[in-house]
Amino acid sequence: MKLTLKIWRQKNAKETGKIVDYPIDGIEPDMSFLEMLDVLNEGLINKGDDPVAFDHDCREGICGMCSLFINGEAHGPDRGVTTCQLHMRMFKDGDTIFIEPFRAKAFPVIKDLVTDRSSFDRIQHAGGFISVNTSGNTIDANTIPINKHDADRSFDAATCIGCGACVASCKNSSAMLFVSAKVSQFALLPQGRIEAHDRVLNMVNQMDHEGFGNCTNTGACEVECPKGISLENIARMNREYLSASIK
Amino acid sequence: MALDSKIPQGPIDDKWTNYKNHINLVNPANKRNLDIIVVGTGLAGGSAAATLAELGYNVKAFCFQDSPRRAHSIAAQGGINAAKNYQGDGDSTFRLFYDTVKGGDYRAREANVHRLAEVSANIIDQCVAQGVPLAREYGGLLDNRSFGGTLVSRTFYAKGQTGQQLLLGAYSAMNRQIGRGKIKMHNRHEMLDLVIVNGKARGIIARNLITGEIERHSAHAVVIASGGYGNVFFLSTNAMGSNATAAWKIHKKGAYFANPCYTQIHPTCIPVSGDHQSKLTLMSESLRNDGRIWVPKNLEDAKAIREGKKKPTDLSESERDYYLERRYPSFGNLVPRDVASRAAKERCDAGYGVNKTGEAVYLDFAAAIERYGKEQAYIKGLENADAKTIYKLGKEVVENKYGNLFQMYLKIVDEDPYVTPMMIYPAVHYTMGGTWVDYNLMTTIPGCFSIGESNFSDHGANRLGASALMQGLADGYFVLPYTIGDYLAPDIKVGPISTDLPEFVAAEENVRTQLDKFINNNGSHSVDHFHKKLGKIMWDKVGMARNAQGLNEAIHEIAALREEFYRDVKVTGTLDSFNQELEKAMRVADFLELGELFAKDALHRNESCGGHFREEYQTDEGEALRDDENFAYVAAWEYKGKPSDAVLHKEPLVFDNVKLVQRSYK
Amino acid sequence: MAKSALLKSSLAKKYWMALTGLFLCLFLIGHLAGNLQLLVPDNALNFNKYALFMTTNPAVKILSYVTYISILFHSIDGAVLVFQNQAARPIKYARNNAAANSPWASRNMGILGTVILIFIVTHMVTFWAPMHFDKKMPLQTTTIDVQGQKQEFYLTTDGGYIPKAQVDQNAIIIKDRTDFYDGNAKVKIKEGYKDLYKITIAFFKDPKYGLIATILYVISMAILAFHLSHGFGSAFQSLGANNPKYNGLIRGFGKWFAILVPLLFAIIPLYIHFILKA
Repeated sequence: MKLTLKIWRQKNAKETGKIVDYPIDGIEPDMSFLEMLDVLNEGLINKGDDPVAFDHDCREGICGMCSLFINGEAHGPDRGVTTCQLHMRMFKDGDTIFIEPFRAKAFPVIKDLVTDRSSFDRIQHAGGFISVNTSGNTIDANTIPINKHDADRSFDAATCIGCGACVASCKNSSAMLFVSAKVSQFALLPQGRIEAHDRVLNMVNQMDHEGFGNCTNTGACEVECPKGISLENIARMNREYLSASIK
Repeated sequence: MALDSKIPQGPIDDKWTNYKNHINLVNPANKRNLDIIVVGTGLAGGSAAATLAELGYNVKAFCFQDSPRRAHSIAAQGGINAAKNYQGDGDSTFRLFYDTVKGGDYRAREANVHRLAEVSANIIDQCVAQGVPLAREYGGLLDNRSFGGTLVSRTFYAKGQTGQQLLLGAYSAMNRQIGRGKIKMHNRHEMLDLVIVNGKARGIIARNLITGEIERHSAHAVVIASGGYGNVFFLSTNAMGSNATAAWKIHKKGAYFANPCYTQIHPTCIPVSGDHQSKLTLMSESLRNDGRIWVPKNLEDAKAIREGKKKPTDLSESERDYYLERRYPSFGNLVPRDVASRAAKERCDAGYGVNKTGEAVYLDFAAAIERYGKEQAYIKGLENADAKTIYKLGKEVVENKYGNLFQMYLKIVDEDPYVTPMMIYPAVHYTMGGTWVDYNLMTTIPGCFSIGESNFSDHGANRLGASALMQGLADGYFVLPYTIGDYLAPDIKVGPISTDLPEFVAAEENVRTQLDKFINNNGSHSVDHFHKKLGKIMWDKVGMARNAQGLNEAIHEIAALREEFYRDVKVTGTLDSFNQELEKAMRVADFLELGELFAKDALHRNESCGGHFREEYQTDEGEALRDDENFAYVAAWEYKGKPSDAVLHKEPLVFDNVKLVQRSYK
Repeated sequence: MAKSALLKSSLAKKYWMALTGLFLCLFLIGHLAGNLQLLVPDNALNFNKYALFMTTNPAVKILSYVTYISILFHSIDGAVLVFQNQAARPIKYARNNAAANSPWASRNMGILGTVILIFIVTHMVTFWAPMHFDKKMPLQTTTIDVQGQKQEFYLTTDGGYIPKAQVDQNAIIIKDRTDFYDGNAKVKIKEGYKDLYKITIAFFKDPKYGLIATILYVISMAILAFHLSHGFGSAFQSLGANNPKYNGLIRGFGKWFAILVPLLFAIIPLYIHFILKA
């Protein structure tokens, strides 16, 4: 396959960036998108140019490190996958592909396509936990039976990989899907209910503080989320926050 | 230096309890004056950092990723073992201990494994308390599944994302401490050297990967939890960033490196599709609960399939060879990983491979779909359900169990595993070897600890499925917090360690020199070029089956490649900026040394055991042939400049509680 | 925390948007029910009676103040959201395929809302302002055949009639726009109806601007439909009502609401302009 890549290049956080065109040839449909970028970078290095910086790690869709806004969509045109699992068979020979970083004020660019998503971590520091010591002196795991449906829904929320596709896709750069997944995971479990109110207030407070936009329910996040995190979580967070606020 | 494993005296059941009763403790006020550096934030490092901070120590945690949540523990799929015996199927601490020692082909240290089995149940309690959504049954209690190499169901799981859920649990515990200021998190930092002051580990040199700044960090103890070295093979199920640098740097500073040749080749991975391949993807071992592994019985059929003239579904039952069920009727498809991997290689080498490269076997779910379908039809009272309904019902069950794995397979291979059997092939997955540690998890450098996959201790020559998560969390939550206190107790009066000490200056200078050398090298090949070459040597000659000739060749080839690397590698960019090529160069430099030691270790071990299979040492049936008389020891290598000069130290393995027999899963 | 959170936080803004929006949906139903009377032949009196009720009943008055506040709050809150959300992404994407993941209306609520606000303002200028403030607001009259002679009478709220001639001759005076006073005794005798019906019909039947007014009205309703198509369901989501069991119901209802309400509104001017005989 022969492609034209239009890639955002930005030297560092301070300098302004721009889109640069890179023609590329010899791409096979079985390659993953990142392997295609590997090929590009190998060529750039051989020419003595600076390779394109992009985040990636596990390359099996679970670590959440890879990002990229590809042809106008977070993680590209395929559904239910991260960029590392996006394969070139989704594209046609001769295609032009725009590759941009996830854009949000709360995700400043570090270099090229690499962004700083530590705002997500700070939201988690604010309340993304159950305050229980890891002493090992907790009660037996089976002492608290948990309704299977609740456990499953909690699990579904917990499968969020924190990649930031929701923020990138949202026209408002809102982090609601991410935060609500965290809030929901704990709110659905009896262990997590105990401090559910403080948690939601603190996490939302931090979310607002980080400069994310507001949710206007466009639903783009749910569609682009590689893990299929549901909007139900946002509704649940809305409920949790409302009841926590009026209490 | 003689190796002292510091195993406590007494019967194995009481060792850990007695140990805990007699160690030195640090009082809470003094803990505030003690700093601990934790490098790596996966299950082991994350759980250790959180627990140590809870206890009151000041923790400085480092990870090269942008968040602790990215650590590769997250990719573990199948589950975590714990001797809870919730199923009432005869499990016990002893059985878990026994299975693990046997599964490790009798090359693990008994006392460590027993301690692991003892604390395993606590891990589940802990994880549930902190909100890890483990799978449950309709009654609300925890569910279990079974894994390879055991006869009980003791594996707790969260669909195919157990590692993710456990890591997020540890990360949430960290978050609580980061929020309180007890953990100072250093994301996007890579440790590049250990600083030793007066014989004790007192700090590290780390590079801030964003700014390129080289930083000095001091502490009263350093904990390495940086994972395994599987990426020495270039292609593995490890993350692209997984590296051995932290572990190798401490090795170069005096920590012995144990059993590097014990590497686990996981039997169920998606086969390589071409030269462009950058990484291999695991399909959880849990799939072997329901999937049946086979190749065609006839060479012609295999050939026809490879050429695309036949489809696997065209072959009738009698034309298929379910070779694991045939060879190991008692464990069948659930034999341990090393056994399953070698069996797959044996079939493929004999010409029965089923993909273009001839290196793939089938993992078939048709039987499971039918079995579950019939079960569901019965439950739903559909007496005369047609095949279509049964298939639909069965598919739903399979989807519920393994949906995410099947989807992952579909996306990567572009074939629907519900319709066509999956193709799988073994791939490098886990490294049982690692830094040598004593019972306290301390390396041969005082004050430098190593936990999780980066140490060597618990899995012997082969790790059983669902045991890595168990070990990582056991080390971090329940073992290290005790043992490190015992070490730190005499240090309470030391006070803060200055980073202006000459040892820090020298270590920083050393790191800077290495980095500068790469930046100014002006070679002609990229780092990946060398890494791929190293991987090929490793896979071909130090892979699933090894022999003396190949290993000798590998040793020389790696040494030559290393020289070429230093001469000819090209690293773009600058030292003082975000530079992924420079990061890779430092890691590959270490792999190029580790690879050679790996081959050297494999060459010296004239026996086959677990993940280490020497072609010269096998039974008539092709099973691994151990030599307990001469090799029942841990091979701990001391760094002496070059891998070829490494000095071997032996820690004899004493088995008081398990009888050494030839491992049989027949 | 709790107090300020309910005003300042991003979630609070959602709640207020949802609550005011849903209230305005209720208002639409009430308003529509009234307007539909325009479709009933020879219904001027009832329509004007309704108009009188709506402007005088104390309960309705409270509701109408809530409506004004809702419109204001919904607009201001909406504008704040738009500006904050713009600021949350300082550098835009070079290529953004948003159509792949979200409906057009959901992404353009600000623009849709602005157009609707402009519509509301002009609508109020046209109908609400004369009703409330216009000194020259006509009162409803009717022509009755009195002994073979056609005479014009004002209709009064007690069901009586006041001959227009008497008013013309100042025997009866109109004060405070609707009150009939005895010309001599200066005593209020009866009250008339403001003829909202008349000015409505006149507006859409205006030979010069009637057609344009009708078209603009219809377009505004189409825009309202888009706004509602997202807004209705969105409000439930914002308030936390999202349950797979009932989502179908809410969405289905929202869809029909978004189509039906603006459609019925739009039919009225079309009927007046094109079908109603003057």
